[in-house]
Amino acid sequence: MPHGSGASLEWSSGRVTAPFHGPVRYRYGNDDEETQVPEHEAGGPLGTPTLEVRDFLRRRREQIAQRWADEPLFRAVFTLSRDEAVEAGKAVVDALAQVADARRAEDSDAAGFTGVREQLARMSTSRSRAGLSLAQVSNELAALWPPVDNLLAAELAERPVEELRACTTTLSTLMGTLRVVAVQTALSEGQALIDRQRLQLLEVATPVIRLWDGIVAVPLIGTLDSARSQVVMETLLNAVVDQHARFAILDITGVPTVDSLVAQHLMKTVAAARLMGAECVVSGIRPAIAQTMVHLGLDLGSVLTRASLADALGYCLHELGVAVSSPAAGGAGHR
Amino acid sequence: MYPRPGAGHVPVLRLGDILLVTLQGDLYDSTAQQLQQDLSETIVSAGVTGVVIDISGVEIVDSFLGRVLAEIAAQASLLAARTVVAGMRPAVAITLVELGLTLPGLRTALDTQAAMALLEQPVVLSHAGGTRRERA
Amino acid sequence: MSTASEIEACLPIRSDMDLVWVRQHVRQAAALLGFGLVDQTKLVTAASELARNTLVHGGGGQMDVAPVTAGFGRGLRLTFSDSGPGIADLDRALSDGYTSGDGLGMGLGGARRLVHEFEVESTEGAGTTVRVTSWVNRPPRVREEG
Repeated sequence: MPHGSGASLEWSSGRVTAPFHGPVRYRYGNDDEETQVPEHEAGGPLGTPTLEVRDFLRRRREQIAQRWADEPLFRAVFTLSRDEAVEAGKAVVDALAQVADARRAEDSDAAGFTGVREQLARMSTSRSRAGLSLAQVSNELAALWPPVDNLLAAELAERPVEELRACTTTLSTLMGTLRVVAVQTALSEGQALIDRQRLQLLEVATPVIRLWDGIVAVPLIGTLDSARSQVVMETLLNAVVDQHARFAILDITGVPTVDSLVAQHLMKTVAAARLMGAECVVSGIRPAIAQTMVHLGLDLGSVLTRASLADALGYCLHELGVAVSSPAAGGAGHR
Repeated sequence: MYPRPGAGHVPVLRLGDILLVTLQGDLYDSTAQQLQQDLSETIVSAGVTGVVIDISGVEIVDSFLGRVLAEIAAQASLLAARTVVAGMRPAVAITLVELGLTLPGLRTALDTQAAMALLEQPVVLSHAGGTRRERA
Repeated sequence: MSTASEIEACLPIRSDMDLVWVRQHVRQAAALLGFGLVDQTKLVTAASELARNTLVHGGGGQMDVAPVTAGFGRGLRLTFSDSGPGIADLDRALSDGYTSGDGLGMGLGGARRLVHEFEVESTEGAGTTVRVTSWVNRPPRVREEG
C-alpha cells in the first residue's frame, strides 16, 4: 500500500481528528460501568490510523456484521431473518471502509455513504414508526460502536498505546459520522413529509368553485402569505384553463387583513388572468378593510372590485349576456 | 418529446379577414423578428382586419418575445388591424407578471376560438368579451 | 446523485441559437431536480433574459449550470459570464425600466425577480458575471416594494 512515510507525518503532526461527540468513553455491553479504552503495549508497523481502521473493517467485516445483527437496531428492523440483518450490516461496514479509504472519516457528505443512505433511512424510519424518538434511534445507532471498538482493541492489543488510541479515535469519528448521516437522512425524510403535507394543506385550503358556465370562484379564508398566494394564483389560473372560464372571482370575505403584500398578490393574479384572456374580479372587501387600505395608501388600481360574491357573480353574468329574471315579476332583469 | 429547438418556420393561416399565426416551441430571436416584419407586409397585402396569435404551444415568453408581441399589435393597429394573443399558459402568465411585463395594450383571449369571436365583434370598444376595457 | 452529471454543464452563448439550447438545458435540469412547472418556467425565463444580456451586451460568453444543496434544500445555480465592457452603473442597470439596448428594460431587474438569489459582479472593461440560484419548493421571495 502506498502509504508509509507520509503516514507517519500525519501521525506525528497531530492531525488526527478528534471525535466531535465527546470523549472516548462508552459502556460495555449491559454493564453500567464506564470503562477507559484499554491500554496495551508492544509495537507493529505504522499506517495512518484511518487506513488502519479501513483495513481492520475490511478484515473483520463478517464478525462486525454478525455482532451488529444482535444489536436492537438491526434485530428490530430485520425481523424476518438474521442473514438479512448480517447482509445489511456488511453493507454498512463496506460503506465505512470506503469512507475511511477516502480519508473522509469526519465528512457526512462523503461519497462512501451514498450507497447506505437509503438503507439507513429505512432503518430509522422503521424505528420511528415503532414509536422511538429520534434521540432513541440515535442511541441505538450509538450502540453499534462498542462491539466494533472491542474488536479493534482486541486486534490492536499488541500495538503501542498511542497508535491504538489514534485508531480508536478514528473509529469513533467514523461511527459518529455514520450516526450523523443516519439522523440527517431521517430528518430530511421528515422534512420532505412536512413539505408534502404543507403543499397538500395549501391545496385543500384553496377550493375552486364553478359558479356558472365560464365563471369560477375561489373563496379565500385565512391569512394570505407569500406561499399561499402563489398556490391561490396557480390554482385559479389552472381552473381558468380547465373550466374554460372567462371570469374568475377572488372572494376575500374571509381574509382578515389586507396589507400591501396581499394587495400586490391580488394585482398580480388579476394581471396574470388578463394575460390569459380571462377577467378577474375581487369581491368581499369589507368596509373596515377598505378603510384600512385607503389609510395605508394601497391602490388596487386596475383591479375590478365588487362588494360581495353575489354582486361579482351578477356582474359576470351580465357580461356573459345571461339575464336573470324573477318568474313572479315576469322578466325584470338583474341589475 | 421536446419541441424541435428553434423552429425556423411559423405557420400563418388566412381565415377570411383574419390571419391566424401559430407560435410553437422555442423560437430563435431571428425567427420572431422575421415574423414581425413579414406580418406587417401580409396585413397590407392581404387586407386583413384582425390577427390572432396562438401561443398555447409556447412554454416561455421572455421580455424579447413579449416585446415582439407588443410591437406586432402596435404595428397592426397602425395598419387598422386588431391583434389578439390567445392561449397563454398559466405558468407563462405568472412569469410575465413577475417579470414586470403585463403588456397592458395587448388584447388577450383564452383560445383561438374566443379570439375569433372577439374580432368578429364591432370595433366599438365594448367591455364584453375576454378582454378588459381598454385603458389609456 | 446520478442526476448531477446530467445537470452540470457549461454552455457557450455565442448566437441566438445558443439561447435556445440554454433554455432547453435549464428546463431539463430544473425538471430533473423536481422544480414545479411555474418555477421551471420562471427559471428558464430568467436564464433566457440573462443569456441574452450576455450575448447582446457582453459580446457572448457562457453559462455554467450546477445543482446545489443547502440543508435539506435542493436548488439550481446558473452562472453567466462574459468578458465584455462590463456595467458602469450597476444600481441603475438593476432598476426597472433601464435598458441599454433592445428589450423592454426588464433584463437584469426582471430576471432578479424570477429567482431566489441573485449576485452580479462587474468590472468596467473586464466583463460581467451574474450568478442566480433558485430552490425547489420554496415560495417566492417577499419583496419590500413601495
